[in-house]
Amino acid sequence: MSDLETTTGSGGPAGVTDGSIGGGPTTQTQLKKVKKQKVLLMGKSGSGKSSMRSIIFSNYLARDTRRLGATIDIDLSHVKFLGNLTLNLWDCGGQEAFMENYLSQQRAHVFSNVGVLIYVFDIESRDVERDLATYVNIISALVQYSREAQVFVLIHKMDLIPPQMREEVFVQRVALVRKKTAEAVAIVRKGFLSQSQSQSQQQSQQQQQQQQSGQISPTATTTSAPPPEDLEIDMQLFATSIWDQSLYKAWASIIHDLVPNLAVIETQLASLGVAIDADEILLFERTSFLVVSKWTSREGDNNPYGDRFERMSNILKSWKHTCSKFTGTPRNAEQFSEFEYKMGSQFSMFVTKFTTNTYILVCMPPGEARFNSAKLNVAAARPWFKFLDGPPAGAAAAAGGGGGGGPGQNPYGAVAGSYYQGGEHGMGHPDS
Amino acid sequence: MASTGDNGGGASGDGGEDLSTEPLRPRPVRFISPAALNLSRVYEQNRQRIQKKDGPKVPDPTTPQTKGKPRLLLMGQRRSGKSSISSVVFHKLPASETLFLESTARIQKDSLNSFMEFQVWDFPGQIDIFENPAYSFDMDAIFGEIGALIWVIDAQDDYLEAVARLNVTILHVQRSYPHINIEVFIHKVDGLSDDYKLDIQRDVTIRIQDELSDQGIENAPVNFHLTSIYNHSIFEAFSKVIQKLIPRLGQLEAMLTNLCRTCRFEKAYLFDVNTKIYIATDSTPEDMASYEICSDYVDVIIDFTEVYGSWPRTQQWRDRLEGEPWAQPLEDQVACEWAESGMVLADAQRPIMLREVDRFLALVAIMKEGSYEKMPQINMNVDVVVKGLTEFFEITKPRGGVVTGGQGEGVVSPGVPPAP
Repeated sequence: MSDLETTTGSGGPAGVTDGSIGGGPTTQTQLKKVKKQKVLLMGKSGSGKSSMRSIIFSNYLARDTRRLGATIDIDLSHVKFLGNLTLNLWDCGGQEAFMENYLSQQRAHVFSNVGVLIYVFDIESRDVERDLATYVNIISALVQYSREAQVFVLIHKMDLIPPQMREEVFVQRVALVRKKTAEAVAIVRKGFLSQSQSQSQQQSQQQQQQQQSGQISPTATTTSAPPPEDLEIDMQLFATSIWDQSLYKAWASIIHDLVPNLAVIETQLASLGVAIDADEILLFERTSFLVVSKWTSREGDNNPYGDRFERMSNILKSWKHTCSKFTGTPRNAEQFSEFEYKMGSQFSMFVTKFTTNTYILVCMPPGEARFNSAKLNVAAARPWFKFLDGPPAGAAAAAGGGGGGGPGQNPYGAVAGSYYQGGEHGMGHPDS
Repeated sequence: MASTGDNGGGASGDGGEDLSTEPLRPRPVRFISPAALNLSRVYEQNRQRIQKKDGPKVPDPTTPQTKGKPRLLLMGQRRSGKSSISSVVFHKLPASETLFLESTARIQKDSLNSFMEFQVWDFPGQIDIFENPAYSFDMDAIFGEIGALIWVIDAQDDYLEAVARLNVTILHVQRSYPHINIEVFIHKVDGLSDDYKLDIQRDVTIRIQDELSDQGIENAPVNFHLTSIYNHSIFEAFSKVIQKLIPRLGQLEAMLTNLCRTCRFEKAYLFDVNTKIYIATDSTPEDMASYEICSDYVDVIIDFTEVYGSWPRTQQWRDRLEGEPWAQPLEDQVACEWAESGMVLADAQRPIMLREVDRFLALVAIMKEGSYEKMPQINMNVDVVVKGLTEFFEITKPRGGVVTGGQGEGVVSPGVPPAP
């Protein structure tokens, strides 16, 4: 129980800082401290950004994404994940006119305070050189404004490459992208050094420049220290396709680091796993069925299927679609509450609704008695994971109002606040 | 001539054994060694002797193991989707991957080990087996077995030529092999509107029936199915085709109907797990939706089994589980040796259950609301039915066993009287 209280306690202060952003005028330094997860989704027009977003977060079927039109400008969405994590997802339309706009006028607005950049390459693209040139520009802008940001590069539409060639094509593309990324970082560093030499002279003119063009204004707003010599971008690359589980693998890694209280979840899952004698436990988010956390016993580690986590996401999500088709209920609604499977004397498993926002999958050794007691134990463990459902529920359950309740109620309002503040830079958003 | 004949007689044993390595067809060869020439002569003599002994047919050395099994023949114009169908249905290829399939150059024979042993023959579309004398097909070898001829028509293409060829085929087949069911798959109908689909079906049906009645054939066993590999329709169509080949289907259906009545199931299916074809269902009207969810359920179970059940656990793990608190072998700790699964839908608490019957078959049933609490009773009922099903297949199997176990040559086709 002590674990539980500390986690909800830590949720409170985070909420307070959120509130202060939305409330009053804030300085740039304060903004940077805030861990409001801004996720940029970028890439060339037609590369599949909106499609993957719709599949992961809006329960679209892969074939339904044909209906999606081109994204105009930036499509902002606040994806609620696990109740207490709001992803501030910026789906940036990829047409060249927009891209230029992001890089010039809206540069500071788009690239500051980025938590994660997801860059999507279309493997079928005819003009690879040009794609890479745009990518270099984006990366340099990112390094300039949010050098802590994580970068995920998705080589998308891999299903269009014949299966036997996929590995090779991917490896080639990875090498190319890594090279270009290094180039981008080098460019920024060089730019910085030359700028800092002339900085003293320009100091007086900076105010004017800031108004004239957004491109130079960053020197005023960002940190003055040049990027360190050994600056390396935290980058991961994935080969993806909306037609198989590879998409879930990529997005599960993207989400993984953003989940708050991850360490607590992991320790508690582990103790649950040991208690019920499980081989593997997976915790899924309710709507997206992305794997939030997992625990595997030593025996379970022998499982030869390294891709089983994203496979499970894929299987369960398509199962959810099937159910929704059968019952005629909306796709986003909850579809099944219980799924148990006993495979003779090989293994047993069950998937069940866990907390409000999560499903849990337990794979365990065979045996009726073991299975039934595990189900009871998992039900009994539910309160210990209540904090997953976010500050409002957690605050009500544990803290009982007090400090946690107030700010916890309007995380969404806080998000909207920071977004309108962004709007002052003179950018028209579609409404969120 | 006489001397070669002597040689041939002396070496006939060798020649007989070398049959498989020898080129069967004469082909342009620049240089033939005397020895090779001799061998081929020996082979030719041998072949003629066997033919004389055995009637007009040569036993095909490549397919001795496929005799005596029901056969599905996939035919149609080129690029109509025959190979895609057989890959999707029988090899679990994702529909999107069929784009990469090469065109079929020769007859592709697949043997399907399931509750019944099927053969699937995929014919290349560019060859017309009735018109092209260059390929002298052995009609008896193709149509001799009981089975179904599946003719695939691309609904998104101009199908007049396909229909014309189909007519020729039906006429040929009907005359000599009236026991063959003819199933027409009007294929690639995903993307077409419902009205248009029905229009096409009507058009094709009329064209074929007119032609047949012109030729004086009435009531030919021709059936039509609208199919697509991008949804469940192809599996449903195959289910219908295969159900016609099952001996004593009525008995199976009666068992399932009985189970549904006692346990208040909405619908029960008996699935062939590998292909997701259902080989029997209860007597309530069929609807696509319940078939879809049941077949997807089978899929989910297969996937789970592959991920968690297909690798060996260590002895250490086993020892621990059979150790003190339980002190029982693992096999005794479980209630049922076969896969058993249950699932509750969120709306109305409608459960669905699955129970494996044997290696190939699974029983899937949709239950009514509130029956999840009565699972133990239902499980008992299901156990009884599963036992009945197992017996059913025990009884029907030996008949197949005799046919496959018989001397390959004796049972080439029903036309040949069995050797005493």
